[in-house]
Amino acid sequence: MSAVDTQSNGNGNFRTTEQVDAVVIRFCGDSGDGMQLVGTQFTNVSAVFGNDVSTLPDFPAEIRAPAGTLNGVSGFQLCFSSTDIFTPGDEVDTLVAMNPAALKTNLADLKRGGTLIVNKDAFDKSGLSKAGYATNPLEDDNDSLAGYRVHKVDMTRLTRDSVADLGLSLKEADRCKNFFALGLVYWLYDRDAKATQDWIKSKFAKRPELVQANLSALKAGADLGYSTQAFTVHYKVPPAKLPPGKYRKMTGNEAVAMGLVAAAHVSGKELFYAGYPITPASDILHELSKLKNFGVRTAQVEDEIAAITATVGASFGGAFAVTASSGPGIALKSEGIGLAVITELPLVIVNVQRGGPSTGLPTKTEQADLMMSFFGRNGECPMPIIAAATPGDAFDVSREALRLAVEFMTPVFLLSDGYIANGAEPWKIPDLKNIKPIDFKHIKEANGQDGQYLPYLRNDRLVRPWALPGTKGLEHRVGGLEKSDGTGNVSYDPDNHQHMIETRAKKIAGIANHIPEQPLEGPDSGDLLVISWGGTYGSVRTAVQRAQKDGHKVTLAHIRYLNPFPKNLEEVIKRFDKVLVPELNTGQLRFLLRAMFLCDAKGLNKMKGKPFLVSEVYDAILENLKK
Amino acid sequence: MSTSIELPVLTPKDFASDQEVRWCPRCGDYSILAQVKKILPTLNIPKEEFVFISGIGCSSRFPYYMNTYGMHSIHGRAPAIATGLKVARPDLQVWVITGDGDSLSIGGNHFMHMIRRNVNLKVILFNNQIYGLTKGQYSPTSPQGKRTKSTPYGSVDAPLTPLSVAIGARATFAARSVDVDIKHLCYVLERAANHKGTALVEVYQDCNVFNSGAFDFASKKDQKVENCIYLEHGKPLIFGKDRDKGIRLNHFSQPEVVELGKGGVSEDDLLFHDEKQENPTLAFLLSQMRYPDSPEPMGVFRAIDRPTYDDEVNEQVKDVTEKYGPGNLEDLFSTGDTWTVE
Repeated sequence: MSAVDTQSNGNGNFRTTEQVDAVVIRFCGDSGDGMQLVGTQFTNVSAVFGNDVSTLPDFPAEIRAPAGTLNGVSGFQLCFSSTDIFTPGDEVDTLVAMNPAALKTNLADLKRGGTLIVNKDAFDKSGLSKAGYATNPLEDDNDSLAGYRVHKVDMTRLTRDSVADLGLSLKEADRCKNFFALGLVYWLYDRDAKATQDWIKSKFAKRPELVQANLSALKAGADLGYSTQAFTVHYKVPPAKLPPGKYRKMTGNEAVAMGLVAAAHVSGKELFYAGYPITPASDILHELSKLKNFGVRTAQVEDEIAAITATVGASFGGAFAVTASSGPGIALKSEGIGLAVITELPLVIVNVQRGGPSTGLPTKTEQADLMMSFFGRNGECPMPIIAAATPGDAFDVSREALRLAVEFMTPVFLLSDGYIANGAEPWKIPDLKNIKPIDFKHIKEANGQDGQYLPYLRNDRLVRPWALPGTKGLEHRVGGLEKSDGTGNVSYDPDNHQHMIETRAKKIAGIANHIPEQPLEGPDSGDLLVISWGGTYGSVRTAVQRAQKDGHKVTLAHIRYLNPFPKNLEEVIKRFDKVLVPELNTGQLRFLLRAMFLCDAKGLNKMKGKPFLVSEVYDAILENLKK
Repeated sequence: MSTSIELPVLTPKDFASDQEVRWCPRCGDYSILAQVKKILPTLNIPKEEFVFISGIGCSSRFPYYMNTYGMHSIHGRAPAIATGLKVARPDLQVWVITGDGDSLSIGGNHFMHMIRRNVNLKVILFNNQIYGLTKGQYSPTSPQGKRTKSTPYGSVDAPLTPLSVAIGARATFAARSVDVDIKHLCYVLERAANHKGTALVEVYQDCNVFNSGAFDFASKKDQKVENCIYLEHGKPLIFGKDRDKGIRLNHFSQPEVVELGKGGVSEDDLLFHDEKQENPTLAFLLSQMRYPDSPEPMGVFRAIDRPTYDDEVNEQVKDVTEKYGPGNLEDLFSTGDTWTVE
């Protein structure tokens, strides 16, 4: 960190610009305060500037809990950096709190010495009481804010002043104060506001007075930073050195939608998607619904069961079929997924995991559906499971899920989570040539003797053919009753049932021969192997790297293919003295690893609806090394 | 000059699969299967374009006995599976085979939504007012008071009238027939096959093992003429062995039975059937006429034109593609703000 520039603002006051590597900002306020919006704007502006960014939106399940209450607080955290980053940061450098409730629920995450910007006007009697403050924390004799750089700003008043001559109602004027706050933070971090100005102009194009008001508020915020003595330092975060190429910002849900469409498109297939609205998976439906000119057929159907079964129907008809949901919806889909398993039809089921059980924590992240993905269906019902590691990774994993489904004629679970789904990172736009088409065949001629079609005649991978209705001579019936291998006729024969169960299991297990071996980050052997999966990748990777830098013999195996596991996984595990499995559940992967590989894996388990902090994983690594 | 492609002439036998039919002897399902096999060849559609989708229950074994494409799926979900298939493959002739438990109890939700969307599907609802495959429990269409294995003291459930549910959801085609009334059933099935949109045919089907004789009033020759009114578009509602009774709307717009010629009542005073009425009120009123409270209408209650869901979905894809041009992945990836790292 070094001061690079000192300048006068014309009032005789000198300002210092400090260069820093990475900054974590959190905007928080009432659900109606537009915090997600300004967080997203800051992210876009930083990404376009060339910083690496990582975000963590955190909002309540209620659309509008009573204004000013603790339950209604909505936050958006982002880290922007001049180096590669994998997490939105453990501690907050700058906290913007729009009301007392936001201050109360977020202050603990602000690091000592950090910058706190509060909207002083919201700290009135009613605001304080709704947040449960007995005394005003902003008053001088209150030392609860000692140790922070506190900026008490009359945001409501200054915002009203800035839009005074535009004829807005008071309510409309007050709604501009998020842009006031954003303008101030832009000034503080030396951001170019142009992209946000453009966004305001297009967003409110139909209401010129609102364009003017939000632009004025944005400018007023920046002007305050420039003209007030309170802000003596502002900061510069230089662009990151990312691999060369064209980039955009990508959230996990966007990546799933684009990954699926791209995979289908380059394969010459059109996508069929059926879904039912559910947090945090709905954006996949929203994104795909826009892409009709790629031939995507989306259906918002009556329930989760209709969503899974409609995809089974579409798959029978030859479509690349997909549905997405979250835990409660996946639970409803279980029987339909079983139908896809026994009929051996390809489809992808995306599970954007959230806190459970039952309705649980709809807007918070968790990894507690792994066991459900493995075992949550009646009967012996194996299916491939793969998990995305980051928002951008969800793009590649989506194609992979479709590939496995189609190449092996099976439903496939693609696991994401609330953190990946709503989090964003810079995404390098891929070269189209690198998106490989998925190999699919629709059988056209009978494959049995005397012109008979055998729907369950398997190839060397034990995969049955995919014959489309409309193909002459291949008329056949599939269904949920056990089928005789080969003919597909209903069979209650005991030996056939055992054979079919074993065959379906063998087919899925055999996928291990057609996926990459488990990659390692770190030495091939050592004291500790950290095994992670899914959206914890960023924190776990950062913690492992830190431990490695400190000289510890620690290696990371982040698992993308959960069923079947990469075929070298067992052998990899045996090369390490100890195994640590950090998970946002009570230890589901650990349970499986212990059962399957007889290894004494230890767990780090967090069930708070929030991602791991790097420090939590780092501390667990050190502790396990000591044991 | 005209050219024509000779389609092979299909017979009912062409639609029979090699699987042994395993319904109970004298089950009403046999007749329905036979009538479907009879009318399909008359439609001049290649056999491979038919798909039969069923749920769970005795009737849902149906697809196994048809030498077409088919899926015997899971309980209640056939309408949703068929909807997915029809949207993905509008070129196919998709038929849904279901029962009263399958479509009105566990699958009631999908049934209703299929109808209000008007997916271009042909639906045969085998209504036997009983759960047969699970050996005799009451169903959502069983009459109140019905004694079954699960209602030893009589059912207290109020039953549903399938056609009322369908018409309430603005079905574009709703009809009723009886398993053994071969000629009438064929007529109704043929009408359904030629309807564009969800075509629901409720068939009173005798479960001679668990609910024998439930529909004698509509199937026995001597009884049906007195108890059933055979609907014909544009014709007055007349019934009775001597065709001397009719239905008239009273001052409260409720149907009442009148005798022709008595008290000056002539045909012109009767209710005339209009299956093409956009407003479903009349069709609903007919669906509420249930034996034994009233003579019961048979035939096509409602047959109107409305765009189908599968057409609309696919039209929208076409329209959007025409308006914005076919999708281009490079453009898609570059939507929103982008930046270049050198």
